[in-house]
Order: sequence, then structure tokens, then C-alpha cells
Amino acid sequence: MSASRLAARIVALGYLALLLVAPVVMIFYRTFEHGLAPVWKAITEPNAIHAFWLSLEIVAIAVPLNTIFGVGMALLLERGRFKGKVLLGMLIDLPFAISPVVVGLALVLVYGKTGWFGNWLIGHGIQVIFSVPGMVIATAVVSLPFVARETTPVLRELGTDAEQAAATLGASGWQTFWRITLPAIRWGVVYGVVLTTARALGEFGAVSVVSGRIEGQTQTLPLYVQDQFENFNVTGTYTAAVVLALLALATLVLMNLLTRRTRRGTAV
Amino acid sequence: MAIEALNVSKRFGDFVALDDVCIRVDDGSLTALLGPSGSGKSTLLRIVAGLETPDGGSVIIDERDLTSTPARNRGVGFVFQHYAPFKHMTVHGNIAFGMTVRKRPKEEIGARVEELLGLVRLDGLADRYPSQLSGGQLQRMALARALAVQPKVLLLDEPFGALDAQVRGELREWLRHLHEEIHVTTIFVTHDQEEAMEVAEQIVVMNKGRIEQAGTPHDLYESPRNEFVMSFIGPVNRLGDSFLRPHDIQILAESDGDGTEALIQRVVHLGFEVRVELTLPDGRDVWAQVTRETAEQLELKEGQILAVRLPPPRVFAT
Repeated sequence: MSASRLAARIVALGYLALLLVAPVVMIFYRTFEHGLAPVWKAITEPNAIHAFWLSLEIVAIAVPLNTIFGVGMALLLERGRFKGKVLLGMLIDLPFAISPVVVGLALVLVYGKTGWFGNWLIGHGIQVIFSVPGMVIATAVVSLPFVARETTPVLRELGTDAEQAAATLGASGWQTFWRITLPAIRWGVVYGVVLTTARALGEFGAVSVVSGRIEGQTQTLPLYVQDQFENFNVTGTYTAAVVLALLALATLVLMNLLTRRTRRGTAV
Repeated sequence: MAIEALNVSKRFGDFVALDDVCIRVDDGSLTALLGPSGSGKSTLLRIVAGLETPDGGSVIIDERDLTSTPARNRGVGFVFQHYAPFKHMTVHGNIAFGMTVRKRPKEEIGARVEELLGLVRLDGLADRYPSQLSGGQLQRMALARALAVQPKVLLLDEPFGALDAQVRGELREWLRHLHEEIHVTTIFVTHDQEEAMEVAEQIVVMNKGRIEQAGTPHDLYESPRNEFVMSFIGPVNRLGDSFLRPHDIQILAESDGDGTEALIQRVVHLGFEVRVELTLPDGRDVWAQVTRETAEQLELKEGQILAVRLPPPRVFAT
């Protein structure tokens, strides 16, 4: 290996180590510094357990919604012929450009008590802001672009020949989608889902604004971490942080295993 | 089933792909759409299949106007230029697709796939994936897939374009035999005049979105309607406004009075055929096509001056 390549590697690895590896390692170290007992106590705290399940619940609703929306949007952008396509493409990216806090505030303006639909919704017994529906919406908004963005290039590369062949063989649009298009783009969709899940799990800003951060009620894991931190509960903070990190890691590993197994099954 | 396209027009932006085109293809025939790239031949084929919507005109298959019928209800088998295999399915799955979406019983599908595998000579390859097949095999799989649903007509877009010369030759012959066997009305698109002449019963010559001439290979070769057809079908010499076929130029052993003199510039041996490049006394260049025997008898050599007899030239009104 030449000296310059070696130097490049050291710089790249050093950068990663400083920015990513060292902080994460530190969190794990701090968590288990005083043994397992305090960790167990922190984990079994009712508010912690509630935050854990709430985070999973929000992910379980927001991710499927965004997956359906994202695949549909990618199909529309790649296969559709209509005016304003460029504009729509830009609109999808908007959640990347806007700060999550602003997203949260905007949702309060629309769905809050003084917002456009807020009063009407509350009148019908549906509370969006300071409650789970609002948190699901906020999470869905901030993780909106991933599936569409990961799926669009795969669709483009796939081309339309196979879909047209299916049509000449008598397949309906629906049959063509399930039997031809979706199997061909599935890796793009899976990758989009992984990114969406990771983003949804870690979302703080937007959810923080719309949730009202009510302990044991509208606290997700990231909000719980922040809350523990503010209350100088060091073990609680680090433990919740580690749980969050492990959840994200589990998502990545699970998807990796899934793609590997199916890839071996079919020769593509 | 006869296929008709009446006054079909299609534009892509400013580009006129088809300009008021009319064709009729007889029931059970094997027809080639022949033309250079950009002549509109593929667009016409895709319009017949329902994969493209014409701006004007109508498509009639078996006396029924199908212009606004979607592709999936037209009963048309289509073979794509690059075969469009379903890569995540086996050969069996690919061929069975049309029957599967029609929810045919499993036994029937299995029997039909077996039969088709035999027809396209892919026996024993049912469990392979498209990535494990050669170009020629993919081509035949695509054909079997199209035939599986018993289409009324079979349309092939540049069916041999992506194959190497030897496989192409074999497949041409095989396609002709297949057509004799199953007799489904077939149209294929090609830019190769030799391929069209060899395979098709009828040729439709297209250029710049229009039909130049339609007829049997013999008709087109012997009585081309215009300059384009003359020069696209078969080799040609151009002398000002007139055209000569190279094999109509006779090279004579001795001058017989009404011939003219010519200087041999080059003699090219192409096996049975010998190509003789000549310069006429007025300085114009032509080439003549003679057999190997003639060339040997006359002992043709570069730099030789000899007598040639030119056929009556063809002149086309413009």
C-alpha cells in the first residue's frame, strides 16, 4: 500500500472514530460503569418502559404509512405523465430541508386548539396535538422522503419493458405491480424502510413540539433521554440512549439478514 | 387474423414518428417492417400492440377496431428487442405468466409450459433464471412467453438485433419454420434488408414515418417504386439520376460494339461473389458483381481495361 493511500485511510478512520465510534463507546462505557444493577433499575422504570413501547408504536404506524406513500409517489414520479412533476419531486424533499422543530410548530398551527382543524377535531373527540396522533404525524412528516428517494432510481433503472411485457400478457395494473414491479424494486424499498425506521426512532425535534412531553404519556425514547438528562439522572440517560442505539442497530442487522437470505434464495 | 392500421399518425414532441400511415397485413402472413432507424417501424409495431397511443388513426385486428383497447385486452403477443425477461422468475415462471394472471388451473399451465419448452427447444431449462441463459435462449423464452396465451397476432421488435451473426442466422430459419407450424399472423421489425428478404413473405419498407412500398421480396427487388426502396433493398450503383444493380453490369471478354470501356480499379474476392470496382471513360465509378467463375475466366486484374455492357438504367420521378 502506498503512503498516500495509507494516510487517506488513517484520516477516514480517524474521522469516523472521533465523530461516531468514540461517543457511542463512551455511552456504553458510562452505562455499565457501575455494573448491571443500576442499569436494570433504570430500564424497569415505568416511564422508561412506557417511552420504549410508545416509540415502537409510533414507528409501527408511521413506517408502513410512509412505505405505501413512498412507493406510490416513486411510481407517480417515474411512471406518471403529468404537469407539475418537478414541483412534486421538490415537495417530497421538503421535510429534509425544513428543521424538525419548524415541522412541529407548523403541525401545532394546523391541528392545535387554535389551529385550522384543531377545534373541529377536538369537537369530534380527536385530540391530535399533545397526543399520539400528532406524534405519529410529526414522525411521518420528518421521515417522509426516504422510501420515495430510495425507490425512484431503482424504478428508473428497471425501465418499463418488463411492465409492458406483463401488460401484453394480460396482466392488470395491479397484477403487474405485485408480480413484476415490486419484486424488481424490493431492495430499494427495503433500504428506504430501514432509513425511515432509523429516522423515525430517533426523531426528537418535531415530536418534542407536538407531544407536550408529558411524562409517562407522550414521551418517546429520545424525549425520555432528554428528560433524564435535564434531571441529572446520568444512569437513566445513558441506559435509555443505549436502548435507542440497540434498537437502531437491530433494525440494520435484521434487514441485512433478511436481504441476504432472500438474495440467496433467488438468483437475481 | 388480419391486421390493419388506418391513417395512423404519431409525434414525439417535434419529431414526426408516423405520418398518416396505412398498412394491411393478411391473416396468417409473416410480414417485415423494414426501414432505417427513426423510420417509425418500431412505433407502428408498438401502436398495433397498444403500447403506444396514436395521435390519430385506428388499429383494426380481425375486423375489430381496437384503437382504444388497452394492450392487455388486445390478444397480442409481443417480443421486446431486449426480451424484457422477468428476472426474478424462472423460465417456467416467465412462460407461465400470462396463464397465471388469467388464473388457469395448475395442471393446464404445467402441460402448456412443457409443450412450449419443446416448441422453442428449451427442454430441461424450466428451472433456470434469465441470468443463466444465453441471448438466443432468452429470445426463445420471450417467444414462448408470448405464445403461451395463444395470441391472435405475434409482434416482434428487432427480434435478432442483439444476437451474434451465427445465432441470428439459425434463429431466422427457425422463426420461419415456427411460423409454418403455428401460422399465427406475425409482424417483425428489422433494419436489415437481408433478414427481411430471407424471413418475410411480405415486406413493408418505411422511411421517415411513411410507407415507401409494400410487397413481396421479389416485387420490391424487381420493381422498386422509388429511389429509396431501390437503394435500401439490395446493392445499387448510382449514376447521376439513374440506378443500376451491380449484378446487371456485364463484363465482356471482347467488345461487341454497343458496350463501353472500363478500367478495373480493384477486385475484391468475397467467396462465391467477386466485386469489381470500375471507372468508366467519363470518370464515373461503378462496381459490378460477378461470380468467381466469371472472374477467373476473364482473368480480371487491377489496371486492366475491358469492355462492359450497362443495363438500361432506372430513373425514378422525384
